[in-house]
Amino acid sequence: MTTTTRTALTRTLCLLFTALPTVAFAAEGELDGANTAWILTATALVLFMTIPGLSLFYAGLVRSKNVLSILMQCFAITALISVLWLVAGYSIAFGPAESGFWGGLDKAFLNGVTRESLWGNIPESLFIAFQMTFAIITPALIVGAFAERMKFSSMLLFSGLWAVFVYFPVCHWVWAEHGWLYQMGLIDFAGGTVVHVTAGVAAVITAITLGKRHGFLVTPMMPHNLTMTITGAGMLWVGWFGFNAGSALAANGSAGMALLATHISAAAGALTWMCIEWVRHGKPSGLGAVTGMVAGLATITPASGSVGAGGGLLIGIMGGAICFTATYYLKHKVKIDDSLDVFPVHGVGGILGTFMAGILVSQNLGVFSGNGYAEGMSMGSQLGVQVIGILATGAYTAVVTIILLKLVAIATSGLRVTGDEEQMGLDISDHDEKGYSM
Amino acid sequence: MKLITAIIKPFKSDDVREALQELGVNGMTVTEVKGFGRQKGHTELYRGAEYVIDFLPKAKIEVAVSDELLEPAIEAICKAANTGQIGDGKIFVTPIEQSIRIRTGETGNDAL
Repeated sequence: MTTTTRTALTRTLCLLFTALPTVAFAAEGELDGANTAWILTATALVLFMTIPGLSLFYAGLVRSKNVLSILMQCFAITALISVLWLVAGYSIAFGPAESGFWGGLDKAFLNGVTRESLWGNIPESLFIAFQMTFAIITPALIVGAFAERMKFSSMLLFSGLWAVFVYFPVCHWVWAEHGWLYQMGLIDFAGGTVVHVTAGVAAVITAITLGKRHGFLVTPMMPHNLTMTITGAGMLWVGWFGFNAGSALAANGSAGMALLATHISAAAGALTWMCIEWVRHGKPSGLGAVTGMVAGLATITPASGSVGAGGGLLIGIMGGAICFTATYYLKHKVKIDDSLDVFPVHGVGGILGTFMAGILVSQNLGVFSGNGYAEGMSMGSQLGVQVIGILATGAYTAVVTIILLKLVAIATSGLRVTGDEEQMGLDISDHDEKGYSM
Repeated sequence: MKLITAIIKPFKSDDVREALQELGVNGMTVTEVKGFGRQKGHTELYRGAEYVIDFLPKAKIEVAVSDELLEPAIEAICKAANTGQIGDGKIFVTPIEQSIRIRTGETGNDAL
């Protein structure tokens, strides 16, 4: 070996060793500070979506005699689901059991989770908290369907059971390593099926089961405070950055693109709904703009990790237009009193977005291209998986929701408040207090 | 003494107050009310659907005047509250049996 070769070898080795610690730091099994910091932030953003974002959004839409009942239902669901998530939810969704349908009970009460436990390269405690905020908002979304008429006791029991028997298992199907839909390759980045299809389907089933509010479509039931609704809508838009970009579970390019696509979709949804109303009615409405925004956000949710910003634009426009049509059709043609339009906005948006993710993930769509299909997948096979995902989660949710409503009706002697109580308003009849004392 | 009850368009209440003050009327009560007459309701939009709202917001002005001030007061209200459009409102006049200023115990026109 000549001196020159020896020097070159030493230099190479030195370079290798200086490079090694960096490689080891970023490797799986080591905590990553940047990822951890972003998911801590995203967790706060997603909780902020429910309290107070969604709570205010919904509360402004009901009549003033029911404002407190809505705020209270969202708040109580937040507390209840948090505890259930610790008791069994996390284990059912992300436990170690090698089943496609649930994660088992090995991690009940977060058994074995310590300060040092990791999920990928973020603390497991943080992964638990982040996923918990998704479990909270999903049953809270359903509140809008049975607003102004469901008993608080029935609502609370139903929400708890629904989380255990619908949300936790479906979360496992789609997002856990062994979940059967995950194994099939379903694209659902942040919860098109897990959150929006399940909440939307449960919403329409509860609305039909409970029946219409007294005076539905005869007496106008106008929102009592649109200022509150639009304030809540703004919080939802911002919070959704945590929901979608946080679902990357890392501070990386995927998170960045998800955030951008999400934002563009929200903007396009708002503009689309606003313009449709403008053309049809002659004036654009504030409620129309924010409802279009929520439709855009719900629709981009499953696709946000696999499409580009151009895809986000298309999805937002489609979400705004199709959810608008669905809202009008469900309320005024089918005459189902899904009071705050949970199914037509979230359910339809979730279905549409999950389907469109299978198309816009393609790399061959010019400026509307996405990340490309997984190995062995084509547009046809991916769309097949997407449709199976939508149908399976929708049908399972429908059947279990019907059964749970029947059980809850027996346990709480009926799901609805009495006619007099409904007239009086749920604030007084359920809580003995008023939202406003003026 | 007479009690004038005027139901008018809400944005006209300040004009009516000014016109009555110029006549020397010293006080009045304004209430925000809802109702309908020939104007019927109006249309509101809710997520793409139009709803007819029957009860429209109006302002109800109650003012007690001496018999001499009755006609000028009615004239002033009519002039100030008139837009020429349907829904300008109505004026009702009822007799007042007695009026008393609580602080001093004065009665009749002195209490107005």
